[in-house]
Amino acid sequence: MTIWLDVCAVEEIDPEDVMRFDHEGRTFAIYRSAKGEVFATDGLCTHEKVHLADGLVIGDTIECPKHNGRFNYRTGAPLRSPVCVALATYPARIAAGRIEIAPGGAA
Amino acid sequence: MTATLTPYVPRDYSLTGPEAARAVQAGLASAEWYHSDVPRKVMKDLMQRRDGPALRDTAIWLGLMLATGAGGVATWGTWWAVPFFLVYGVLYGSACDSRWHECGHGTAFRTPWMNDAVYHLASFLVMRNPVSWRWSHARHHTDTIIVGRDPEIGHFRPPQLMLAALHFIGIPDIFLHFRVLARNAAGIITPDEADYIPETERPKAIFAARVHMAIYAGAAVWALASWSFLPLMLIGGPRIYGTWHMVMTGLIQHGGLAEDVLDHRLNSRTVYMNPISRWIYWNMNYHIEHHMFPMVPYHALPRIHALIKDDLPPPDPSIWAAYKGMIATLWRQRTDPTHTLFRALPPTARPYRADLHRFDVERGGA
Repeated sequence: MTIWLDVCAVEEIDPEDVMRFDHEGRTFAIYRSAKGEVFATDGLCTHEKVHLADGLVIGDTIECPKHNGRFNYRTGAPLRSPVCVALATYPARIAAGRIEIAPGGAA
Repeated sequence: MTATLTPYVPRDYSLTGPEAARAVQAGLASAEWYHSDVPRKVMKDLMQRRDGPALRDTAIWLGLMLATGAGGVATWGTWWAVPFFLVYGVLYGSACDSRWHECGHGTAFRTPWMNDAVYHLASFLVMRNPVSWRWSHARHHTDTIIVGRDPEIGHFRPPQLMLAALHFIGIPDIFLHFRVLARNAAGIITPDEADYIPETERPKAIFAARVHMAIYAGAAVWALASWSFLPLMLIGGPRIYGTWHMVMTGLIQHGGLAEDVLDHRLNSRTVYMNPISRWIYWNMNYHIEHHMFPMVPYHALPRIHALIKDDLPPPDPSIWAAYKGMIATLWRQRTDPTHTLFRALPPTARPYRADLHRFDVERGGA
């Protein structure tokens, strides 16, 4: 069974932006696309463990604020060096105006 | 103002020596750095990428290079060629560095292929392997002026001032760069390079070095075949006769400032300079701001400077002023390598964190 975690109200993240979400010692990056869809990935860059929530969302990509490496936040795929390792992604959804994520994956 | 640090022990600036292990042990590697506070919405606006400014500047850059290069060729053999090559040399041998740098960060243009295209062109002009230097520069941003970690420390202590002066004519820079390119082209990656270039990227570094070396070989053959220096005035030579502006602005980025600190206000320098130098340098005179927020494009650096300047040491008012402070410090470092230039913070700034840096710096300097 999928366990969904409540993150925040949808409007707390601007379209085409990202927010940091910490839960039980883990940190996530929560994204809202320009079209209003929501996504979740690990919160730290796979290159140097920098918080991606301080970075810039450009279309479907998140750019790390430290070294400008980029990932596709929908798939976690690395797009630009110095990142080489993919980012873990997690299911995310909007339910009753709130963003929820499933850090354990969908059942 | 100045302060003396702990007793000096000669340092090993390689990335594989004892200083590297010491930096990791001391928590200086991949550490969390000080940042001035900038509201998220403002930062988001500052980080926005645009193609316009870099397209304009690149068109001017390449257009001027073409025009002055053509002028130099047309007047070759007369004194009229001198002014053409003076300008061509700086556009090639100095402006290449800032274009390499900004496009390497991927912030100059919004469109990724434009960043990549200018990055590769500028890498060739500046004689840097486009693959290995991308990784080297990432490390420079992770561990800025951390001894044993940063491969781009420009001033070793005690400083060699004559060597620093020779850099203004590309010596020993171009010989070192050629040696690295030749070594990479032969398929050799050194242990230091292997420390910051992932294994998967190394074949790309070797391929890029081979392409660069092939072009230089072509220029040399052209010069020999035509029995003229002209081909070398156009290709490669500007890294000798036109590199002075890159060195002039580059040496003051970190020169004389602190090693092994986690606050860019202590190891980087912001300098006000004339608009022509700022255009050649693509605003990297705002160097504290660039290191603190590398995702802010060059054209937005004056804006972020205006926002956070009350949290930074006052900028040097001119290139001359920056050199005055730096040279006095480097001169003293010849006999006292522990000597470091500290800049006082304004009363509005958050203080330097002495607990992070193991020296006693009060607000206003020590």
